[in-house]
Amino acid sequence: MLVQKHFESDRFIPDKEMDACGLFGVMNTKGEKFGGSMAINAIKNMKVRGSGLGGGFAIYGLYPEYKEYYALHIMYQNKNLDAKRRVEAFLKEHFYVVYDEEIPTNPDVALFFPPIVWRYYVAPQKKSEDQAIPDDEYVVTRVMYLNTNVDDAYVFSSGKDVGVFKGVGFPEEIADYFMLDKLYQGYIWTVHSRFPTNTPGWWGGAHPFNILDWTVVHNGEISSYGTNRRYLEMHNYYCTLHTDTEVLAYAVDLLMRRQNLPIEIVSKIFAPPMWDAIEQMNENDKKLFTALRMTYAPLLMNGPFTVIIAHHNEMIGLTDRIRLRPITAGAKGDFVFLSSEEASIRAVCPDLEIAWTPPGGEPVVVRMNSQDHLLSVKKSI
Amino acid sequence: MYSYLLPEFTIERSEDKCIRCRVCERQCANKVHEYDEDLNKIFSSNELCVGCQRCVALCPTNALYVHPRVYDYRPNSSWTRDKVQNLKKQAETGGVILTGSGNDKPYRIYWDHLVLNASQVTNPSIDPLREPMELKTFLGRKPDTLEITFEEGKASLKSQLNPNVPIKTPLVFSAMSYGAISYQAYKSLAMAAKEFGTLFNTGEGGLPEHMREEFGGNAIVQCASGRFGVDSDYLNSAQIIEIKIGQGAKPGIGGHLPGEKVSANIAETRMIPMGTDALSPAPQHDIYSIEDLSMLIYALKEATNYEKPVSVKIAAVHNVAAIASGIVRAGADIVAIDGIRGGTGAAPLATRDNVGIPMELALAAVDKRLREEGIRHKCSVLAAGGIRCSADAIKAIALGADAVYIGTAALVAMGCTLCHKCYTGKCNWGICTQDPFLTKRLNPEITSQKLVNLLKGWSHEIQEMLGGMGINAIESLRGNREHLRGVGLEEWELNVLGVKGAGE
Repeated sequence: MLVQKHFESDRFIPDKEMDACGLFGVMNTKGEKFGGSMAINAIKNMKVRGSGLGGGFAIYGLYPEYKEYYALHIMYQNKNLDAKRRVEAFLKEHFYVVYDEEIPTNPDVALFFPPIVWRYYVAPQKKSEDQAIPDDEYVVTRVMYLNTNVDDAYVFSSGKDVGVFKGVGFPEEIADYFMLDKLYQGYIWTVHSRFPTNTPGWWGGAHPFNILDWTVVHNGEISSYGTNRRYLEMHNYYCTLHTDTEVLAYAVDLLMRRQNLPIEIVSKIFAPPMWDAIEQMNENDKKLFTALRMTYAPLLMNGPFTVIIAHHNEMIGLTDRIRLRPITAGAKGDFVFLSSEEASIRAVCPDLEIAWTPPGGEPVVVRMNSQDHLLSVKKSI
Repeated sequence: MYSYLLPEFTIERSEDKCIRCRVCERQCANKVHEYDEDLNKIFSSNELCVGCQRCVALCPTNALYVHPRVYDYRPNSSWTRDKVQNLKKQAETGGVILTGSGNDKPYRIYWDHLVLNASQVTNPSIDPLREPMELKTFLGRKPDTLEITFEEGKASLKSQLNPNVPIKTPLVFSAMSYGAISYQAYKSLAMAAKEFGTLFNTGEGGLPEHMREEFGGNAIVQCASGRFGVDSDYLNSAQIIEIKIGQGAKPGIGGHLPGEKVSANIAETRMIPMGTDALSPAPQHDIYSIEDLSMLIYALKEATNYEKPVSVKIAAVHNVAAIASGIVRAGADIVAIDGIRGGTGAAPLATRDNVGIPMELALAAVDKRLREEGIRHKCSVLAAGGIRCSADAIKAIALGADAVYIGTAALVAMGCTLCHKCYTGKCNWGICTQDPFLTKRLNPEITSQKLVNLLKGWSHEIQEMLGGMGINAIESLRGNREHLRGVGLEEWELNVLGVKGAGE
């Protein structure tokens, strides 16, 4: 399905990046749109969790006028116009481009080697042999092709009515640079502040990671990375960025989009209960959880992580099964918050109605027009 | 005896320590020691000694010292002592030189050139004494995806799964048949596997009927070229059925249990007349191609109502990766790969020492091939041949094995000292012999505890190393070559292993 880059030996696969981070997400469960001030101020409140080497935002409900079209945010590193020409020739061949423009930026904000970032609203232009392929699959394949085959070009995001803005800098600087607070509104905002341990950071390597309308922001280092990556490669996901987060994003795509499993099940694949706990379950659950662990053993995300996954109408927070990285949830009215720290939620919502810390492996699922997020309250720590 | 052969061992006896208790004389099946009543002195014949150290270990006064005799001929790097001695033996008999146990030639042992990772700062290491550290492993075919139904928000499993066998630790006892080893040794393996929650492999010699009810739940039964002891009840009594195509110690050749070892019990278990030679042909004569293998796999599945995973065991040979891929496509649920250092009860020396490839390279190649073809999850991979310690086992898992077979290590735990004379039937440790005077030296109650201790010790060590890497379930290390680095390996070797060099 997807483009697979072939290495003669696993030995030549680049090392993965390691980083620690701050995460924040906020969603309005009635779908009402709001500006970026909460997300920006909350992540500013967790400044120590980042190092200025990466920050980014995902916004849902971003392009209501173009919501029937895939919105591609594409960056051209080193302002490489040749890459842009190649990408645009490719887009012309495989898509109908209904509108495109440079994403406006604030010239007063100086950032580290900013790339050109362009957005295109597109619809698939399928050849006869592609007719049977679903649109989403078609788009994913083309995005993977661009990411693996055009040097200096990288697709930030590729979903409908959603967009990712990211770069090298503190997240509030990225917000200023793209003027997020002034120009955009959405009903979900997720944000990430990055503290890489082993790499200087580059624009494409910042979070959120996106594929179609799925975005992932992540904090942690997944020790099972090699196992996870190899399993995903078997399903034709080729990890071009070699970060833990990318693995999570593709695993989400595989399980939730392609295999149609709900997040309640997926969270038990990423962070399954211990065998000792499974043995205590009733027969139905024992059978289910044993099969899940057995079948999806290569997708157990081992090691410390916290992740906020979002797609349209849903935002999910999850931490690893022994809760080596923190996550806190909070709610007030129709707003639900997920964050690395409770303090940052309270900084932007001082009159919070409830705040809780879910246990390891227990997802907080925030759904449109539902109270599902409260299901994890009674299990909280 | 051969003429003009120099003894391989020298026996030294401290006369002042020796109390003439004659333990050494009674313990040695090779009749090395002999007591002379008139002189009240024990004489020892060096030329009969195999260096098994039984007499040394049992001498109550530590009066004995048996050590390899130094090279007596003119030193020569090409014409080594064993080459010269073997020539002399063959000149007298015209026969094939036999040996037992595993390859002792200095082929590179890749385990000793691979080092493991540990967590520092960016992710925490996990203490297995304080937190769960899971080793549970499932052997069998896994589905591509699961179908799950929801009723009132309650999830239930809808998919029918292929049979999978859980084991508590990724360590399984290798195939060692009743006949090749003594009943006591065989039963010890079965008892230990049952107590610890893992599996033992019956080898090709059948499973005695009276053991089936008690130990069938922990048995892998083999169906090999001789088809000894195979009937419906045998197949159905086990957890896993293994088709033995090849053995790492002797790829491409069969086996031969001499008639003198075929006692009444062995004859009954193997379903052959007492005292007849039990010959296992080199190939299975109903498998001359991959489609034939597929037919046997499905015949066995039919015979067991598709309730048991079927394993296919092959020796690691040059194109092992392609063969393994064919085996999985033929319907096998488990592929067992036995490397060049795998053991045997008897094999021609020339074959044992020169045929096959190291398991580490074979394993890496098989795992890579199965992944590239997108079928790695359709089988479990069992690695066998030369796993000496827990570190070898955990490295095998990081290279892509689901679990490892341990054979020689288990024998050593039972007493074996690797004298390589298994084929003589005179094992002084009571393991590889059918002589009741020798086999009674093993008490399964005691020996099985030693095996349980081995499994326990290795499992603890694997947990420690796993926790050090910040991983708390063994499945997250499987095929995770990021946690391995090579030291002192050539570039092509690193490439085949798919492992970076240390510092890379």
